[in-house]
Amino acid sequence: MQKRQLLKAIFPLALALSGSQALAQAAPFKIGFILPMTGQSASTGRQIEAAAKLYMAQNGSTVAGRKIALIIKDDAGVADSTRRIAQELVVNDKVDVLAGFGLTPLAMATAPIATQSKTPMVVTAAATSVITTASPYIVRTSFTLPQAAVAMGEWAGKNKIKKVVTLVTDYAPGIDAEKFFKSQFQLNGGEIVAEIRSPLRSPDFAPFLQKVRDAKPDAVFVFLPSGQGAAFMKQFAERGLDKSGIKLIGTGDITDDDQLNDMGDVALGVVTAQHYSASHNSPTNKKFVQAFEAANKFRPNFMAVAGYDGMRVIYKALEATKGKGGGDALLEAMKGQVFESPRGQVMIDAQTRDVVHDIYIRKVERVNGQLWNQEFDVQKAVKDPGKLGAK
Amino acid sequence: MLTLLFDGIAYGMLLFVLSVGLAVTMGLMNFINLAHGAFAMAGGYTTVLLMNRLGVPFLATLPLAFLFTALLGAAFERTLYRPMYNRPHLDQVLFSIGLVFMAVTGVDYIIGSQQQMISVPSWLQGRFDLADVGIGKYRLFIIIVCGLLTVALQMILSRTRFGSRLRAAVDDPRVAQGLGINVNQVFLLTFAVGSGLAGLGGALGAEVLGLEPIFPLKFMVYFLIVVSVGGTTTITGPLLAALLLGIADVFGKYYAPKLGAFIVYALMIAILTWRPQGLFGQKGSK
Repeated sequence: MQKRQLLKAIFPLALALSGSQALAQAAPFKIGFILPMTGQSASTGRQIEAAAKLYMAQNGSTVAGRKIALIIKDDAGVADSTRRIAQELVVNDKVDVLAGFGLTPLAMATAPIATQSKTPMVVTAAATSVITTASPYIVRTSFTLPQAAVAMGEWAGKNKIKKVVTLVTDYAPGIDAEKFFKSQFQLNGGEIVAEIRSPLRSPDFAPFLQKVRDAKPDAVFVFLPSGQGAAFMKQFAERGLDKSGIKLIGTGDITDDDQLNDMGDVALGVVTAQHYSASHNSPTNKKFVQAFEAANKFRPNFMAVAGYDGMRVIYKALEATKGKGGGDALLEAMKGQVFESPRGQVMIDAQTRDVVHDIYIRKVERVNGQLWNQEFDVQKAVKDPGKLGAK
Repeated sequence: MLTLLFDGIAYGMLLFVLSVGLAVTMGLMNFINLAHGAFAMAGGYTTVLLMNRLGVPFLATLPLAFLFTALLGAAFERTLYRPMYNRPHLDQVLFSIGLVFMAVTGVDYIIGSQQQMISVPSWLQGRFDLADVGIGKYRLFIIIVCGLLTVALQMILSRTRFGSRLRAAVDDPRVAQGLGINVNQVFLLTFAVGSGLAGLGGALGAEVLGLEPIFPLKFMVYFLIVVSVGGTTTITGPLLAALLLGIADVFGKYYAPKLGAFIVYALMIAILTWRPQGLFGQKGSK
């Protein structure tokens, strides 16, 4: 009688245990990418999706015995949707990792969800310095604008550029770019003649460009969100600024590889600072670009490489936990990863969870009939200056 | 300074062509058509696709953009808009805003959401200086085209038989019908021309304003400001409103970029407080 009751008690328990174990082995490891696939920043989403899929195709869809499931959701670049989708992914789909985030506000809106649910959140696009401080679960594989802006300020100061007008889009990354370029440039003896901030949804650059022209600087430093560079470049030429001796310098967003070829000759000679160019000269990158272009109709840009590296960071973290996953364990395994990316040597700083990489100075040149950002100078292992100075 | 004025005028002219069709449908036909921007976008995409896929020269695409959007407008008027004429304004607003969202996602799905680029012929590129005023050639082209268009429209409305029929049909459709005016046909034609103008505006604006699927939403506010500030009973009203808006916008961005779009809205509020019916609206008109 007693024995029977004991069995009765044990049996369901055993069943439950074995059941959950079986479930854990069979359950796929879910990576939820939230990307702007439509709307103004759609090119970002398109690039990252293509890169993530390429990484899976090259490295298999099973890691440490667990199948990888990639879930891609479109937030159209609206913070409200990003947050809702993140919530759905965490609660309903029970994703193991959140990834993507095309713009700073989108990443900031999702940060509390990552913290509460202890889900690692791999940022593969948004580039404001402050993002990684918004949650201890954020890891970034893209870049930070201060990294690029400081490198540009350094280069401009040392290359006979004395007077500069800054022209940035009026939102957090633009203000980051403006601030860090300015401080580094002034440190090198440069002078900022005027600071212009254009609204995020400005349809017409004419008045700003006229202001640049009237200020007669040696160069204009520009930051615009990825995807607006071509339209800007066109008006830059229309206003005759290219012929009036005003140099165009900026972060790599304005000579985005995704659009560079459509810009035409006006882009020639534009000097930018960025962590990645599709023409980066390394065997790893050549392989990456070749495979990417074979699978898609477009060239990979800096967003693609961030998505590609983001997948790498997630894969290796899962491997390190021997397929078990779990928010904190994955996070620990992501911190401190050092690896060779198509952009060069990359490290995920264990303290800030932010990316550390080389920043290249590039110039747009025509090679074999196509426009490329040709790298000609480099600053090694640049940490995010936004976190070094402040706090 | 004068360069800015020139830029402002060009921008205003462009806004005028984009929104004058709306002034016609809204003021003359008394229909709230928020989907106006979708027609403008259709014109823009016509030009982009013709140029980039089929290699049609830029100038030739302009009449085609007008024609295509006019036909599109006519088809929509026949099938979708006509049953909405006698519905309350709220229904019309909801209906047309629904059309906008469908247009946005439709274009996004079919063509993709990236910014579309066109390259205008070389004789329209660049700029020249005229007595210290920097004149963009393309902007000058816009001003000329839009100026001619304005004159033509004004003539049609005030001098031609069609103009008087239209005004009669608007004022009292029943009496007009009794007098032998085919009201349905007049409205159909008017709506088609209004849409066609929007399409032409979109085609002209593709170079300056950029073109992407959210175009109708991005510019909806501008259309509405032009129409509400200008009043809807004349052509000159929206024209002046558009010029004012364009110039204020350009000057505001140059001298006080931190204020951003605030200047435009402040101006609109000031004008509408002063004259709620719009600059040239008649009191008591509907």
